Amino acid sequence: MYEIVSSVKRDYIVDLARQEKRVDTRALDQNREISVETGLVKPAQGSALVKLGNTQVFAGVKIERAEPYPDSPSSGVLMVNAELLPLASPTFEPGRPDENAIELARVVDRGIRESGAIDLDKLSITPGEEVWAVFVDIHMLDHDGNLIDASALAAIAALWHMKTEGIEGWTLPEFPIRKKPIAVTIAKINEKLMVDPCLDEENVMDARITITTMEDGSICAMQKGGIGCFTPEELELAYELARSRAPELRKHIE
Amino acid sequence: MKKPEKLIIDGKRLDGRTPDELRPLKIQAGLLKRADGSAYVELGENKVLVAVYGPREMHPRHLQQPDTAVLRCRYNMAPFSVDERKRPGPDRRSVEISKVTREAIEPVVFLELYPKSVIDVFIEILQADAGTRTTGITAASVALADAGVPMRDLISAAAVGKVDGTIVLDLNKQEDNWGTSDMPIALMPRKKLITLLQMDGHFTAEEFKNALALAFKGCEQIYEAQKQALRERYSIKPEGE
Repeated sequence: MYEIVSSVKRDYIVDLARQEKRVDTRALDQNREISVETGLVKPAQGSALVKLGNTQVFAGVKIERAEPYPDSPSSGVLMVNAELLPLASPTFEPGRPDENAIELARVVDRGIRESGAIDLDKLSITPGEEVWAVFVDIHMLDHDGNLIDASALAAIAALWHMKTEGIEGWTLPEFPIRKKPIAVTIAKINEKLMVDPCLDEENVMDARITITTMEDGSICAMQKGGIGCFTPEELELAYELARSRAPELRKHIE
Repeated sequence: MKKPEKLIIDGKRLDGRTPDELRPLKIQAGLLKRADGSAYVELGENKVLVAVYGPREMHPRHLQQPDTAVLRCRYNMAPFSVDERKRPGPDRRSVEISKVTREAIEPVVFLELYPKSVIDVFIEILQADAGTRTTGITAASVALADAGVPMRDLISAAAVGKVDGTIVLDLNKQEDNWGTSDMPIALMPRKKLITLLQMDGHFTAEEFKNALALAFKGCEQIYEAQKQALRERYSIKPEGE
């Protein structure tokens, strides 16, 4: 997912980080402007368009009947898929999801699954035979950095505003969603930690860590990425950043 | 597999370990003839074999980097490594594990010494019992050292987690299935830098801190075993002994 950056630009961003400054003048703990719109696509039971600055991500949720997994015969099925569409960046190419798309989808999946955001046990139809499957498909529309946070927010926003009318055979009063896990990605550049990295920052960062937290501040999922390292102290600082930034993102899902 | 009523009884785990105890660990370096470097690791019921090829010329050539070598990692589970046969070939889980494995190992390898080359790391899981990605990383760094690839340090990896409310080191299959959380960690032990961190489940801030400390403790033991395996491989044994 990394693009080639000129050494002038790299040195500039790295040197700014040393001074605790950023290329777009934000503070280290400041998000870009966030916007969340839901219910934009009719055939989907849930949909959301999330913008983080120039980054745009669209998530759609479809509900279908499916066979349960053998090890959980009476639980619904959750599937998260991410597409790095070629329209979103000159570096994305058509074809099967590559490792970046797969990692992105799996990080979003873990946040939703491990938080217990969806009560999958309620999505049983005939135990052992048929359950409801929830397909979350996330499409990148414009890649200006931090696709993980935008995707996770789009997914949970789409799930939070589900319309179950029109699903044949649906008998539950509402879609069983009960929690709002929020993913916050922190980039490390020149020993400094910063939230919501833009593309220029992602291209020069040493490493990133995504921490997904719940309403009470506890952690439900984490993923380190990139070839750099973190010290234990940096991880604690990253957790504090994730916990303090999450409410601002969460309030956009109402 | 049925869920046991309790996973920790009187402070002991179902396999008899204390919460801060690793499973029996065996590391062997240099056991494959054709590979440039290799390692075999058993951690409890996990059996992992790693081969390193390279640095060698990168094919296809358009993937060559003019200023550095490329590190390629392939994590692969044998179809017979798990109870229900795994379909051969990469699935989404293996693709993700291959990626985080590469990112865990790359910080210690002096790739810039071998422009236009590739270093291939093949990780084969022969028998799986929870913790295969960390076992694979532990084995891969021994195999790289065995291949003579210049490195800043080894990488030691272990998983920690929460089981019945207790923070435990090196989860086994039952604990992985029925426990609350799982956090695989990889370290550069000498500088105490974290190169891999994943987590799913539930941790409070305090539990995260304790789990991290326990992971460091586990990785230190693994680090000693890795160094010992390399010493055994390369120490000169006097004749007649």
